[in-house]
Amino acid sequence: MLREIGASSIDDLFAVIPEEYRLKRDLEIPRQMGESEIVDHFKAAAAKNANGYASFLGAGVYRHYRPVLIDTIVQRGEFLTSYTPYQAEITQGTLQAIFEFQTMICELTGMDIANASMYDGSTACPEAVLMAMRVTGRDGVVVARTVHPEYREVMRTYAQHREKESGERTQEIGYAQDGRIDLAALEAAVTDQTACVLVQSPNFFGVVEDVPAIAAIAQKKGALLVVAVAEAVSLGIVRPPVEADVVIMEAQSFGVAPSFGGPFCGVIAAKENYVRQMPGRLVGQTTDKQGRRGFVLTLSTREQHIRREKATSNICTNQALVALMATVFMTVYGKEGIRDLALQNLAKADYAAKALGTQGTLLFAGSPRFNEFVLQTEEAPEALHARLLEQKIIGGVALKRWYPELGNATLWCATELTMKEQVDRAAGVVAEAAAAVAGR
Amino acid sequence: MATETEKFVGTTRKVTSHLTQNEGLSFEKSAAGKKAYRLAPLDVPEVDPSALLGEAQRSESAELPELSEIEIIRHFTRLSTWNYAIDLGMYPLGSCTMKYNPRVNELVSRLEGIADAHPYQPEELSQGSLAVIRLLQKCLIEITGMDAITLQPAAGAHGEFTGILLARAYHEAKGNPRKTVIIPDSAHGTNPATAAMCGYEVVNFKSNANGGIDVEALARAVTEETAALMLTNPSTIGVFENEIHRIAEILHAKGALLYMDGANMNALCGKTRPGDFGVDVMHLNLHKTFSTPHGGGGPGSGPVACKMHLEPFLPTPVVEEGAGGELRLNYDRPQSVGRVRAFYGNFGMFVRALAYILSNGPDGLRQTTEDAVLNANYIRKKLEDLYELPYNTPSMHEVVFSDRKQLRNGVRTGDIAKRLIDYGFHPYTVSFPLIVPGALMIEPTESESREELDLFVDAMRQIAREVEENPQVVLDAPHSTRVSRLDETTAARKPVLRWKGQGTGNRE
Repeated sequence: MLREIGASSIDDLFAVIPEEYRLKRDLEIPRQMGESEIVDHFKAAAAKNANGYASFLGAGVYRHYRPVLIDTIVQRGEFLTSYTPYQAEITQGTLQAIFEFQTMICELTGMDIANASMYDGSTACPEAVLMAMRVTGRDGVVVARTVHPEYREVMRTYAQHREKESGERTQEIGYAQDGRIDLAALEAAVTDQTACVLVQSPNFFGVVEDVPAIAAIAQKKGALLVVAVAEAVSLGIVRPPVEADVVIMEAQSFGVAPSFGGPFCGVIAAKENYVRQMPGRLVGQTTDKQGRRGFVLTLSTREQHIRREKATSNICTNQALVALMATVFMTVYGKEGIRDLALQNLAKADYAAKALGTQGTLLFAGSPRFNEFVLQTEEAPEALHARLLEQKIIGGVALKRWYPELGNATLWCATELTMKEQVDRAAGVVAEAAAAVAGR
Repeated sequence: MATETEKFVGTTRKVTSHLTQNEGLSFEKSAAGKKAYRLAPLDVPEVDPSALLGEAQRSESAELPELSEIEIIRHFTRLSTWNYAIDLGMYPLGSCTMKYNPRVNELVSRLEGIADAHPYQPEELSQGSLAVIRLLQKCLIEITGMDAITLQPAAGAHGEFTGILLARAYHEAKGNPRKTVIIPDSAHGTNPATAAMCGYEVVNFKSNANGGIDVEALARAVTEETAALMLTNPSTIGVFENEIHRIAEILHAKGALLYMDGANMNALCGKTRPGDFGVDVMHLNLHKTFSTPHGGGGPGSGPVACKMHLEPFLPTPVVEEGAGGELRLNYDRPQSVGRVRAFYGNFGMFVRALAYILSNGPDGLRQTTEDAVLNANYIRKKLEDLYELPYNTPSMHEVVFSDRKQLRNGVRTGDIAKRLIDYGFHPYTVSFPLIVPGALMIEPTESESREELDLFVDAMRQIAREVEENPQVVLDAPHSTRVSRLDETTAARKPVLRWKGQGTGNRE
């Protein structure tokens, strides 16, 4: 091949790199490994992680059963190793699957349109805020403190320079005794300069917000209501936020492994009149020259490859394969299954809340919740966690780093995979902890 | 004079026609009562949702489809057969680096302790995941020649955003965030979109006659209000900026930073290092250079590497090693730009990229780069007599032609691309970069054997002949796909973005 090109050695092809910058040594990285060695390397890594622990962790990443069909399908090379469907004639598989995804998200959220995915729920938040600003032409943002703390951090990162320019700061509204956004404080904060109100439901504490009441407050002043859903399975039994203008979803619960935090699957869904301000890829139905139905990426003039600095977002690569996992999950469970699954979650969490609540104090007990709850204990979470770990139980996340006013409170999650036996054991440990503190 | 029936139509060697099955939407074969799931029975008491949720209860189920398991498997299997994929053949897509996606990556990312790890599980029970992050970081720092890195960004564009945020934080710490970012007109669209998102004004910089940076013009353009130059190297026409050190000097003299878009790292890995030639901050695309699968459009991962002077601003948290060798997450980073996403990044892609690096080692990575550049130059040599090369400069891992010769017969790059489909290939990158009118951007990657390259060259040569002797067959292409060219105009004018029951889902 070199001969055909007319080069005497491979170095000729790199001659364009100035001599002083050509690497003359090997990269200092591990030596080349055989396939079995690579597998062993990662097995060793896996062994150093938690194995065989009962986990009560939720807080934005949820442990749900992944139907076998998901990997069977996404591991097919035609899905796994295919490119973004810009050439529609030879990517109808990807495009039709995304169209089905968009449809199912609309059904679950009560919105008219949904995009083909964002990176995750956290980054979808600032994108939705920017969308609301484009739609309303306003600068103000009001966010509930019960939105996932890391989602709010991401919004702050995206808002930095903008806030310095406009002088408008994002306002955070606290929660009331019932664990839901403080409606009076919200009412006082929303003005005719507010682009959007952003809440999460079920919120970070697991409590379902009063979406109709929040919507009334926001929309009265012409602000958009953006509702984030971090636990997608909740939509099987909890009413969808139909009053919202925009819904953000994190679809990780739909068959995506926790994988230490990513890759996940964000989505933005909205009422149809906002379609041209929507970021991210959109798949639309159309016909070919012979009148056959087909699907294409559409409304691309919103996107970076056409509009460049005037694009609605800089997003290019999204989370297509992960969205496919969610699509398969939603198809496998289907209309009845998603409800049955959500009901099981409700039942398991209710049992866990009652069992643990007798040993500690259940916060926000009177409010509707899905599969998470907040437990207050006398014992500090560090000590409580240590006791639980001895029993190979990972207890709920300690909340004080984000909500210091909640003291020793921990956030617990129970899903369809949580076993009664695990809950009973955890309750036993919490009882021990309570006794230990009382005994002092 | 040739009659209609004698006009040249090429012989496809890579493909024959094959049957693909028809398949409607899942909703169209849905029927009440079909099931594909069975939950384990409840081991706790049943609950009454209306008692627990009250008004928060869902009154009507979402209209998700109801299918049996075999119907679902057939549905998605049939759909998959409508896709082209790397597993089927070469993607000559310039700047996408469509290399082989190793299957061992898929296995290791699914190992139980790795796939099931929750980001909030105790650090002492996450040492395996943290070790993966740390080792990948070390490897990528070594490969790029930089000093520090974050793996948080979810994709290239997200990495660009993070990189420009770092630049902005750096300038702010010095007292002036500055106003503009200079971007060559050959840049990927994400570059200007990103700069705008960070509050910078974009200064579009015209490429010189060689498709590169006019260094004298740059010296005039850089001011004390320039925050950075966003440079892709090699450029989007596949050419190495051999004056890059001068470019870096010009920028640094005015206190500006050099940002490198690392999408084309497949031409540099193991042969040279951006940190060595003056880059301050850059992003990588793990789904390009480091073999993680495209999966129909993502997930990707866009790590951002930087020099020490930008390290304090990296997103939080950072992985650190304690005295006893234990790994932990440090959140105490007062100058950090903040988080760019929840948790730590697309960890599943870190596993795959690390597996790729380990399966190559230093020799392997160097060889992949050499093969990538060799393959691109081979294609260039074999097609340069038939397709116009707009720039004479040496190509690295990708070559850009223009359709100027073919335009004489009324055929454009987009048409040639569609005809290439009939020869069994995915099209190359069409009409990008913008500085080349009618661009054909071709990047074979190192994964392709000479046999596959020769089939590609053969196809392109036959198409060139068809353009001369029978242009209509190219203009009407593709002929062999299950749908022909789709009406994108109507799709945009009257968007139908979801299925609706009762009819075809068309709405006014």
